Amino acid sequence: MPAKKINPARELLFGNLWEYDPAPESAPAFIDNRYGLFINGKFVAPKTKKYFDSISPRNEEKLSEIALAGAADVDAAYQAAATAFKPWSKLPGIERAKYLFRIARLLQDRAREFAVAETLDGGKPIKESRDFDVPMAAAHFFYHAGWADKLDHVTPGRTLVPLGVIGQVIPWNFPLLMLAWKIAPALATGNTVVLKPAETTSITALKFASILQDAGLPPGVVNFVTGAGETGSAVVNHPLAAKIAFTGSTAVGKAIQRALAGTGKRLTLELGGKAANIVFDDAPLDQAVEGIINGIFFNQGHVCCAGSRLLVQESIAETILSKLKIRLKTLRTGDPLDKNTDIGAINSKAQLTRIQDLVAAGISEGAEIYQPACTLPKNGFYFPPTLFSNVSQSHRIAREEIFGPVLSILTFRTPEEAVEKANNTHYGLSAGVWTDKGSRILKMSTELKAGVVWANTFNKFDPTSPFGGYKESGFGREGGKQGLLDYATLH
Amino acid sequence: MATHQFPALRRLIQEVGPVDQVGIDERVAKYGTRSIKKNAKVFGLKLATTMVDLTTLEGKDTPGKVASLCQKALHPHDDPAIPPTAAVCVYPAMVRHAAKWVKGTSVKIASVATAFPSGQAPLKTRLAEVRAAVADGADEIDMVINRGAFLAGEINLVQDEISAVLEACGECTLKVILETSELETYDNIRAASFLAMRVLRPGDFIKTSTGKTNLNATLGNNQVMLEAIRDFYFETGIEIAMKPAGGIRTAKQALHFLVAVKETLGDAWLSNSRYRFGASALLNDLVRQLVKEKTGVYQAPYTFSESSSAY
Repeated sequence: MPAKKINPARELLFGNLWEYDPAPESAPAFIDNRYGLFINGKFVAPKTKKYFDSISPRNEEKLSEIALAGAADVDAAYQAAATAFKPWSKLPGIERAKYLFRIARLLQDRAREFAVAETLDGGKPIKESRDFDVPMAAAHFFYHAGWADKLDHVTPGRTLVPLGVIGQVIPWNFPLLMLAWKIAPALATGNTVVLKPAETTSITALKFASILQDAGLPPGVVNFVTGAGETGSAVVNHPLAAKIAFTGSTAVGKAIQRALAGTGKRLTLELGGKAANIVFDDAPLDQAVEGIINGIFFNQGHVCCAGSRLLVQESIAETILSKLKIRLKTLRTGDPLDKNTDIGAINSKAQLTRIQDLVAAGISEGAEIYQPACTLPKNGFYFPPTLFSNVSQSHRIAREEIFGPVLSILTFRTPEEAVEKANNTHYGLSAGVWTDKGSRILKMSTELKAGVVWANTFNKFDPTSPFGGYKESGFGREGGKQGLLDYATLH
Repeated sequence: MATHQFPALRRLIQEVGPVDQVGIDERVAKYGTRSIKKNAKVFGLKLATTMVDLTTLEGKDTPGKVASLCQKALHPHDDPAIPPTAAVCVYPAMVRHAAKWVKGTSVKIASVATAFPSGQAPLKTRLAEVRAAVADGADEIDMVINRGAFLAGEINLVQDEISAVLEACGECTLKVILETSELETYDNIRAASFLAMRVLRPGDFIKTSTGKTNLNATLGNNQVMLEAIRDFYFETGIEIAMKPAGGIRTAKQALHFLVAVKETLGDAWLSNSRYRFGASALLNDLVRQLVKEKTGVYQAPYTFSESSSAY
């Protein structure tokens, strides 16, 4: 028998033998040239008479003009919401449920259109907006439609009483989904809403306003005011607000908390994170690698609960790193509208600059960088998937939230050291544990100071599961029974 | 009392590492979302055609049926742009009939042997069957592993039998069928893959199934085996080939399997010396889709036979 040749190189070639052709999603997004403010059930021109451009991060082209809401506009929105509160809160739960159910169905009917709009506006890959953001947003409305007529059963013997007008400020990473997380529980419990989307991603909220109109939601129950920080501040500080619900950066969250101190307004904050994803030496390695990839590169790493700190047991660090490098070679970075894109566009120029700065800090502090060879589109904001190895706890890239496709890899020796390192952060939003040993999962989950602990998976969400943080990742929960309690008082 | 020691199969699983079923199933679900269009689709369909081991394994197989199978393998369609398949796959008794048609062409003769599909015959009988198939002109032997021994924990016996078959094969390429549905767990499939690969030669295959059980090739067990091949390659430098078999009936499914190969093992495995499909009905759907890509329209359903017994 002739001995066949053994390839000594031991490299896998991920070349262009079979290149996928471009597969752009072609469904229209139906984005208007200009959007007003959505107040009292109607689109109205802003009293400021000012508009700002919303551009697409995929190619920096202008998508639409968005109204800039001033204090007077925000006041009009609050007045409308306050007027709507009485009849809305008195409506039997089963009637409110019908509206929520209708909203969910209408969103499903227009799922593709919303997915394309979300991708154009925010830069996330179409496969994520199509398979995650939009279906999950609809799921939140369905779930809370189920609760609306069962509020007497949330806490046995007591009932939930709505708070009033809720001011809500949401971020740009999951524009439509965060809107759903905020609006659905507020409406189910009988509150009315003034919501401000992020200034770079207002479009799906404004499109969503047309769903509210189609669903026949009474005017004023939900109002959208658009703009940047000043508008947000007007929303937060308005005297008619009974509660503020904010998702965004820890710095802004702290400012809001200071502003609200002593006003008697309720507050929930869902802020930043620097999640530890902990891999033990007995873990199913390839699935752990997949989970690490999903944990940090999902939505370009623009995820507050992203697994941005990888803690690997020292004995398998080399193996994991080489597996990660191979996996990175098959990730496709580029036009988010292409159905085969895994990593899309960075949301804004400002965010891209921040990522570049932190990556530069990582290099200058001596961490070892790895980026796969990939061609990025000329226009638009893009950043290649990035690994940093030889990272220690004191590095900026191990402490600060990068909010981009950048993974910092640290090692540990024992479970105790893993817990110590995982908890050694200001944040406490999420964590991941990878091990084949069930008892270790349970032990770790009680010791990790994080609102969500995933075991042998990462970045899994469900409307029934409460989500929220420890420490500087915020307080209050969204989703589940616990999420309802943050929109009501118990009587 | 001696220190407790895990049974051999458990030790092997620990040695090659566990597989998380939820994670694998999630990974392979993503292959299905890859959008393969235009030139990429035509390339993929043609590549898949060249990878088919066109199979007939029935009690009612006759020299005539094998003859028409061979013709189909050589000329899947009138269009000369559609390439021949990699091989025909038949029972040992049919090898000499297939040889009349395909010997000397690019189409190889693969023969199942070793008391396919159960393998429940004495080793001597199984080896005699392999030698007979080789003598009659088989180029490739598809053997089944001894699942009974594997599940009973006698993994050395399983490996020794593979070695014995390998010896009986001579120069023929060997394909080792794990029968994944009988091994049941991904842990077992990964362990059995290593067990086989450690005695195989470069270019020999590991293969999912016989096609004779309820659950045959799936993207999940395909992925587990591709990852085993990759890890073994990095460990030893030996390139093992892969053959999913049974249950792949549509061109779309075949493309998803090829996406898995492209994204797990890369370009070097996108060739019929490294990857095969054990299938019969699949070929007609591949041809149907290729003609559709060329003409822009689907042909009438009777243009291509749906039944694999009607080649």
